[in-house]
Amino acid sequence: MSSAPARDARHRTFRGGVHPHEHKESTHGLPIERMPFVGEYVLPLSQHIGAPSKAIVRVGERVQRGQMIAAPAGFVSVALHAPVTGTVTAIDLRLHPNGKMMPAIVIATDPLDSQRVPETHPVDPASLTPKDMVSLVQNGGLVGLGGAAFPSHVKFQVPEGKQMQAAVINGCECEPYLTCDHRLMVERPEVVMRGAEIIRIQIGAERGYIGVEANKPDAIDALQAIAPSTTQVVSLKVKYPQGAEKLLIDAIFQKEVPAGGLPLDIAILVNSVATTAALADLLDRGVPLIERIVTVTGPAVTRPRNLMVPLGTPVSAVIEHCGGLLPDAHQVVLGGPMMGMAQKSLEVPTLKGASGILCLDRRSAVPMREYACIRCGRCLEACPMRLNPTRLAQLARAEWVDELEAQQLMNCFECASCSFVCPSRIPLVQWMRMGKGMLRNRKESS
Amino acid sequence: MSTASPDLVLTTAPFVREGATTPRIMFEVLSAALLVLLAACWNFGIGALLVVAAATAGAAGTEWLFSRSERPSRLRDYSALTTGVLLGLTLPPAFPLWMAFLGGMAGIGLGKLIWGGLGQNLFNPALLGRAFLQAAFPTAITTWSPPVESGGLLSVSGRLFAAPMMSGEVDAVSTATPLGLAKFENQITEIGSLFFGNISGSLGETSAALLLLCGIWLGARRIFDWRLPVSTLLAVAVLSGVLHYLSPESNPPPSFMVLSGGLLFGAIFMVTDPVTTPTTPRGAWIFGIGVGVLVVLIRLFGGLPEGVMYAILLMNAATPHINRHTQRRPFGA
Repeated sequence: MSSAPARDARHRTFRGGVHPHEHKESTHGLPIERMPFVGEYVLPLSQHIGAPSKAIVRVGERVQRGQMIAAPAGFVSVALHAPVTGTVTAIDLRLHPNGKMMPAIVIATDPLDSQRVPETHPVDPASLTPKDMVSLVQNGGLVGLGGAAFPSHVKFQVPEGKQMQAAVINGCECEPYLTCDHRLMVERPEVVMRGAEIIRIQIGAERGYIGVEANKPDAIDALQAIAPSTTQVVSLKVKYPQGAEKLLIDAIFQKEVPAGGLPLDIAILVNSVATTAALADLLDRGVPLIERIVTVTGPAVTRPRNLMVPLGTPVSAVIEHCGGLLPDAHQVVLGGPMMGMAQKSLEVPTLKGASGILCLDRRSAVPMREYACIRCGRCLEACPMRLNPTRLAQLARAEWVDELEAQQLMNCFECASCSFVCPSRIPLVQWMRMGKGMLRNRKESS
Repeated sequence: MSTASPDLVLTTAPFVREGATTPRIMFEVLSAALLVLLAACWNFGIGALLVVAAATAGAAGTEWLFSRSERPSRLRDYSALTTGVLLGLTLPPAFPLWMAFLGGMAGIGLGKLIWGGLGQNLFNPALLGRAFLQAAFPTAITTWSPPVESGGLLSVSGRLFAAPMMSGEVDAVSTATPLGLAKFENQITEIGSLFFGNISGSLGETSAALLLLCGIWLGARRIFDWRLPVSTLLAVAVLSGVLHYLSPESNPPPSFMVLSGGLLFGAIFMVTDPVTTPTTPRGAWIFGIGVGVLVVLIRLFGGLPEGVMYAILLMNAATPHINRHTQRRPFGA
């Protein structure tokens, strides 16, 4: 960038946002352990935003750990790989964490196999054309591991002739309770840094930045110690949702991504640290996305842990490995407490986007009693997109679609800061989602 | 897993919330108001408690009457109780109880319920109740009794118990408020008296020191938007300071303007009502400045010695427009 921001004593941040209790202390010091292999893996074909992958194996077929079992179906779609060596026992409908029965490939583990992934020689990123890179990442099954699970290769599709300014790596981990990114940065900083360099060189950006919230000083130090001169580690103020890419860009560069636009529009690319490390593993060792780090935590699990979990492992098995749920368990959430999804059954698989398994007890449950809006304006101050959540909720309730659009509802990325602060416990972000659904429906029908 | 899944509850994100709830916010305002009531009892005797109790009974009774089928009771959000207590604290010490009760009814009935209940009203319900009383009983609401002497805490004015539709005997001793003295007799009360409350005035308005403490408490706990009271008081101080500088003879100094009358009480307990004030940060500044300017204009150039109530009610009416014109530029737009 022309004006390179310096790491200064005052941590950078954005306007708005909230300060939830962090709850990270129970896991942030726990090294990543390996989740043992279990008997059966369930791999839904839809684990990412976009078209579900297309199965390319048959029932009864033997598959190797790391072998592609489903291919991308279209551009906004990625491949899926066997997390374990074994036999395909079924391709049918299984319970998905979204609550629906969705097509999935089921693999029974071969108990005698070594479960070693065949590694390949490192690929030199400088030797890859942009097109090669996109197809490599797509076939490697990479998606945003921060939770949104957006196919990574789509971001790498930089329009020809576009000069990229900066590659930003997102190590904020602003969701309470979660520490998987923190542990990754502390334990494998060289892999994160390697991935960051690959991305920076590949998109042709001069500068790289790694944004980390100031509550992870050991991660900042670990990265700083090995950062090349092209890359800067930026310490950010602890505030939710600092990890939203538009806000991360705002904090580092004091630049706003245009409403309705992408970071690409201002020549910046953002990837999470987990995705970045996965990219390094893909290029350097030829290992596709077959496992991820998951923080198993919360007051209702016996032994909180950071685990490297093969994709498709049943959530029940992961929790069991952590000593099981405590008797007063009340809710189990996949992801973080601000944007995650509650589960009715634990017989759902660990997906690519599952950064956490959060086990809450009755005491931490949020009472559901709703009061009238007293127009206190707290949601307005909390909204990082500077929308008017209480007004939008009223408009959504009234199904006043024109006005929802005029008030820029589509800018909402559902961070739930509004619901978090609302003293009347109005499910504001829920109304935002409903309103956005109305806008999408109208767009489709017209 | 060998055991069956426990009975897990499905709700939507977020699964963590900030502590403050609407009843909690109302309760803290109510607690601060009750502190002010204690001071009023000290200053004016136990009659203060009776006046506030009557206004609160009128407010809470009306809320209950129109929501008695609801469970849990709407009274448990503390908003009607808060309205009643705040209204009571704006009344003179020897105000007939039946009038105070009627004021409470008008405040909740006309000020809140007919608009659709909590959160829907345009005007501050306590002040609307007071405006009703001002229109209905202009003499009673401007008859001020002096603070009680020490040892007079239990003495109660006979006027309190005036039969309904009667105004009661006017006490032998009645007096003027500092603002009345300033306006009609050009006499400025000293700051020390304004600060500690041994002056006459409405029940809740006489101790500036206590009101400031309440304001700091509620502001520090983020019960209200600090911009509202701060901008109100700043506007009064600045405008009255300029006017005093231009004409020290006819215009009282800003310290007197800020500490006298209902300004501090209004700034801390009325201007901060979230329902009837702007939601946007910029709007809060405009609202507060508007109230401050109107207060100074009414006090110095209007026919009344005090103008806090009308200033706030007028700005309440402007709130929807202020909101509309102070919407923030959305991120990236």
